[in-house]
Amino acid sequence: MEQTLNGFQFGILLFLLAAGLTLIFGIMDLINLAHGSLYMMGAYFAATFTQWTDSFLLGALLALPACMLFGVILERIALRTLYTRSHLDQVLATFGLILFFNEFVRLIWGPIGLDIPLPELLSGSVELFFGIRYPAFRLVIIAVGIMVAFLLYLLVSKTKIGMLIRAGASNRQMVSALGVNINLLYTLVFGLGAALAGLAGMMAAPIMTVEIGMGEGILIITFVVIVIGGVGSIRGAFVAALIVGFIDTVGRSFLPDILGLFVSNDIADTAAPAISSMLIYILMALILAIKPQGLFPPKGA
Amino acid sequence: MKFSPRIYIITLLMLALGAVPLIADSIDEPFYTVLFSRMLILSIGAVSLNLILGFGGMVSFGHAVYLGIGSYVVGIGTFHAVEDGVEWMGNGFAHLSIAVAVSALAGLVIGAISLRTHGVYFIMITLAFSQMFYFIAVGSENYGGDDGLSLYMRSDFSGLLDLSNDNSLYYLNFAFLLASLYLSHRLTNSRFGMTLRGTKSNEQRMKSIGFPVFRYRLVAFVIAGAICGLAGVLSSNQTDFVSPAVMHWTRSGDLIIMTVLGGIGTLFGPVIGAVAFLLLEELLSGITEYWQLFFGPMLVLIVIFARGGIDGMLVALDRWWLQFSLKKNTKVD
Repeated sequence: MEQTLNGFQFGILLFLLAAGLTLIFGIMDLINLAHGSLYMMGAYFAATFTQWTDSFLLGALLALPACMLFGVILERIALRTLYTRSHLDQVLATFGLILFFNEFVRLIWGPIGLDIPLPELLSGSVELFFGIRYPAFRLVIIAVGIMVAFLLYLLVSKTKIGMLIRAGASNRQMVSALGVNINLLYTLVFGLGAALAGLAGMMAAPIMTVEIGMGEGILIITFVVIVIGGVGSIRGAFVAALIVGFIDTVGRSFLPDILGLFVSNDIADTAAPAISSMLIYILMALILAIKPQGLFPPKGA
Repeated sequence: MKFSPRIYIITLLMLALGAVPLIADSIDEPFYTVLFSRMLILSIGAVSLNLILGFGGMVSFGHAVYLGIGSYVVGIGTFHAVEDGVEWMGNGFAHLSIAVAVSALAGLVIGAISLRTHGVYFIMITLAFSQMFYFIAVGSENYGGDDGLSLYMRSDFSGLLDLSNDNSLYYLNFAFLLASLYLSHRLTNSRFGMTLRGTKSNEQRMKSIGFPVFRYRLVAFVIAGAICGLAGVLSSNQTDFVSPAVMHWTRSGDLIIMTVLGGIGTLFGPVIGAVAFLLLEELLSGITEYWQLFFGPMLVLIVIFARGGIDGMLVALDRWWLQFSLKKNTKVD
């Protein structure tokens, strides 16, 4: 049960990252490898602001607009010229940005990871039904994630901006031809994506160490998520994030036992960690072999 | 034939690469032999990546897998040769042939699945496959797991070559580089290569003419993997060490950078790129500990402004030279 919730919580974190990434890809046709760096910046901003204000909540509230601003500046300076370039150019340039940000963080914050203490209020655990206890902070992550997913749903499907985002995702030229300021829309979407990635980073900060390169491992998993979900589809990102989060977490905790049923315990113990790390990639390969466009291919693409 | 500065520069580079151990020995800096040896090995990797990336238009983000496979063939082989006394497992020819076979097989499986997809999906699925192999290596506790494996010996080419001598290893690398360049040249100018280049510029057209595009791409994918597997064998011999880090996804990124930096889709571009990449790394890291702070933005600028890479600049130099000499001639007339 606890592992199921952990899987759910990891899935929610992945969704926050994947939603921004899939929007950016769907609308600007940009493969942004530096999305993981935004996640890392979110965590570092939160750590710094928490130290300044002595409050994680205040720190997070300050870090959120900081991330958004950071994303907007990044988009204006570096990424804007890449929209019309080939995927190869985009991969290269944003790979260069990763190198830059990792070094930048090492220069500013030093090579040693930071620890953010959990706020008093949330450091305990909460009793759920049937006497199962679960860490309060992880519950908060789940709650915030679901709330953000809901707000995002409202934003995308009920507001004018959301309409433009959806229109932009299916036909960019048409939207700009209709007189919409597409550049502003791009900047907005990128800022939104950056804020979501930063939010994921600051929520992950207290339960994982804040360190250089923290964005890279999760970036690749996020790519797996959006590819499984169908690039450009928020709904796909949500479903795929939960599936991937669940499989990864549950696989890690139960695979040794499951394998133990079939082969000797020694083999199971050595093979299980490797296989469980591979599970999501196997899943991705399987899904792409059957549906090369992912589970929810965006319409009109 | 017209005078071409580009051809002169490339010839000079290759000759210089051939002379590195001699120069390094004469100035008593054997370190340079090792540095340039790494350049040669990564050049082979980049040449092989260029076959699919540059000529076939397949952006594979998992090419370091084959470096890993080649490295682990040597690592595992020499491990058993020393620990269990299985002599053939230390043999260099065995290493080379097994590495090629396993890399080709891996390329066949990865390619058969990945090539069904296109665009960003292809980039991501090749990345995912490389992560799978990475985690297999991390999980293989017998062979050092995450920490990797130190080689007790280098591949044994008894009677022919003594690889424990860095200069012999250097010339073995050089020979393999020349061989892979020759292969790349013959391949890309053959009917097969023309078809492959055709699929890059217009897949639909090639399909309608009646070419089985998927099969052509798959064959290229397998060949590229096999060549890069060879580079892996050389690489672990060079470093006397194998670890999952050789196939970390950033290594695949490095290979792409080298290929693009040098000039994608050209014969010598990948070599120029690998040499430039490692020289830059060496220079910048000598100046500052935070060298990537400069290397990263440089990469972005190169992508944005210098299309065609260094080889593209050389082509521009050729053009400039041609105009320059034309002007001079007209003045004389």
